[in-house]
Amino acid sequence: MRAAALLRVEHLRVEFPTRHATLVAVDDVSFAIGAGEVLGVVGESGAGKSVTGAAIIGLIDPPGRIAAGRIFFAGERIDDLPAERLRRIRGKRIGTIFQDPLTSLNPLYSIGRQLVETIATHSELTPRQARARAIELLAEVGIPAPAERFDHYPHHFSGGMRQRVVIALALCGNPQLIIADEPTTALDVSIQAQIIALLKKLCRDHGMAVMLITHDIGVIAETADRVAVMYAGRIAEIGPLRDIVKQPRHPYTVGLMGSIPSLSGATERLAQIDGAMPRLNEIPGGCAFHPRCAHAFARCRAERPELIADGASAAACWLYAPAATGGHG
Amino acid sequence: MAEPAAQAERAAGAEAPLLSVRGLARYFDASPPLLNRLLAGGGRRTLKAVDGVSFDIPRGRTLGLVGESGSGKSTVARLVVGLYPPTAGTIAFDGRDLASLRGARETAALRRRLQIIFQDPYASLNPRWRVRDVIAEPLRVHALLSGRAAIRARVDELLLQVGLAAADGDRFPHEFSGGQRQRISIARALASAPDFLVCDEPTSALDVSVQAQILNLMKALQRRLGLTYLFISHNLAVIRHMADAVGVMYLGRLAELAEARALFERPRHPYTRLLLATIPDLSLSGRPRAPVTGEVPSPINPPAGCSFHPRCPYADARCRRERPEPLAIAGGGLVACHAVAEGRLPP
Repeated sequence: MRAAALLRVEHLRVEFPTRHATLVAVDDVSFAIGAGEVLGVVGESGAGKSVTGAAIIGLIDPPGRIAAGRIFFAGERIDDLPAERLRRIRGKRIGTIFQDPLTSLNPLYSIGRQLVETIATHSELTPRQARARAIELLAEVGIPAPAERFDHYPHHFSGGMRQRVVIALALCGNPQLIIADEPTTALDVSIQAQIIALLKKLCRDHGMAVMLITHDIGVIAETADRVAVMYAGRIAEIGPLRDIVKQPRHPYTVGLMGSIPSLSGATERLAQIDGAMPRLNEIPGGCAFHPRCAHAFARCRAERPELIADGASAAACWLYAPAATGGHG
Repeated sequence: MAEPAAQAERAAGAEAPLLSVRGLARYFDASPPLLNRLLAGGGRRTLKAVDGVSFDIPRGRTLGLVGESGSGKSTVARLVVGLYPPTAGTIAFDGRDLASLRGARETAALRRRLQIIFQDPYASLNPRWRVRDVIAEPLRVHALLSGRAAIRARVDELLLQVGLAAADGDRFPHEFSGGQRQRISIARALASAPDFLVCDEPTSALDVSVQAQILNLMKALQRRLGLTYLFISHNLAVIRHMADAVGVMYLGRLAELAEARALFERPRHPYTRLLLATIPDLSLSGRPRAPVTGEVPSPINPPAGCSFHPRCPYADARCRRERPEPLAIAGGGLVACHAVAEGRLPP
């Protein structure tokens, strides 16, 4: 796994200095994504999932900065590359898809022009070939009559069709990895299902890896091979999809799964985690989750847990420490 | 309209409904500005946001309305609480037609009993007011209590009821998280002791664990205070959890109206089936999914006949020509679909 990893993030720490204090948005996060693998990164607002994605592609706005850690892409370290070198990797070998398709597209240019420009940046194709390639990509992402739609502007498209265009843009450089940050959140449920199906098909056809960042566990369950659950800037639990959804071990993951209303309508009361995720300037010591955790004991308040592996998955929780006392195992 | 209305009554249950809506419609003028119309030679355009909707909600029960953007569900919410006047149709609350109310006093007396909670707790609370004053406003407007001590005691009670502390009343909305702000919105809605709450996507802006807290709170309040809810959401799982009966809206009309359990176990309308097929499978059973296709057309220019026909695999010539009315079906519920009525839909 480690040797074959396409993307490897080691001990990543992202800080945002403010007047009063330095906020740590991502704190000692490590994970890897294999070639062709879909890693779902799930968490609630402020968990640090989008900042992690932005750090990988070098889009942390100053004064925010990567304060520690290393990021490797296809064996090459990329977090310390000069801006120009990183720009060539981002867009060509790493594609990105963001939540709001309207802000990802330039309203003043036709979608065809935006595609051709992106293709030309990343390849040696002639204008005629680039145009043919753009139409081919539009067809691939399911835009009907791509040759006619080529000269249309973003506002001519519906939200779902715009997100398809954004996906086509991400595919322009034949990327090996796509970082998709809430790609379906702004869309209606029936469009969301179509975009998820499209992403899955593209992964299969192109062997692309995807880092899928979302707050929606349903979207993760439909697409991911492995899942990382983030809480207060750290990974609380990471493992294969089935383990995380069916047998979550970290009390936060357990609470998160229990809080989703079930379609059988069987439960009168949803499992609930009391309180809310701490703000970045008041993250508690020890395990950041301990004030909300029903199982917390002395060690949780004093000492921060690292990810403790068990089989294919790992949870950052003292309940699973080999010498844990007071836990239920 | 009388016939489907009577059927709607039967579908929703036998008790006298607290809220009864008949043939409700609301049109908006979506024309370009006059100058553009004169220069471009275009006419007026009408957006039929809600177009002939009928339903009943019995006392103490929850009707869920579900639909995608542009289905008209939020317009129904605003019509019911009187934020828009209806273009056509009637809304009867506890037997009184809201349009028949005369004078400010009569209107206020009924409005007090009918409150609304909005989606965005960041936009629906005045940022310059202390939480105590936000919650006390309905008490003052409706002159329900007099004297600072009495109002203060009632606000404290409301804060505790929604799971906040009495001391939170002295803080400002920005000091609270999204979930806590929604609790404040609920406290404000409950201040006038209403018996009916319209909840317009109350948890859509919240994280899932916070959503669970708010849904649990709303269910507990409903039990304790005997509240009746019109609960609007685009999230089918939330609707399933909250609602006793469910209406599925598409382009301003009800496609299907049925008991929640029946609707989720045996959806009849092809659009309901499509919606259910979009729900992610958290049990990871790997069941094959029907492919979902097409998008909701523009409500300004809806398709002729059944507005769902361009996306419907069962559409025929009649569906393209003739608009289906909601019809009662065996086993309860109303379905507006020719294919269901003619029995040409697979079960």
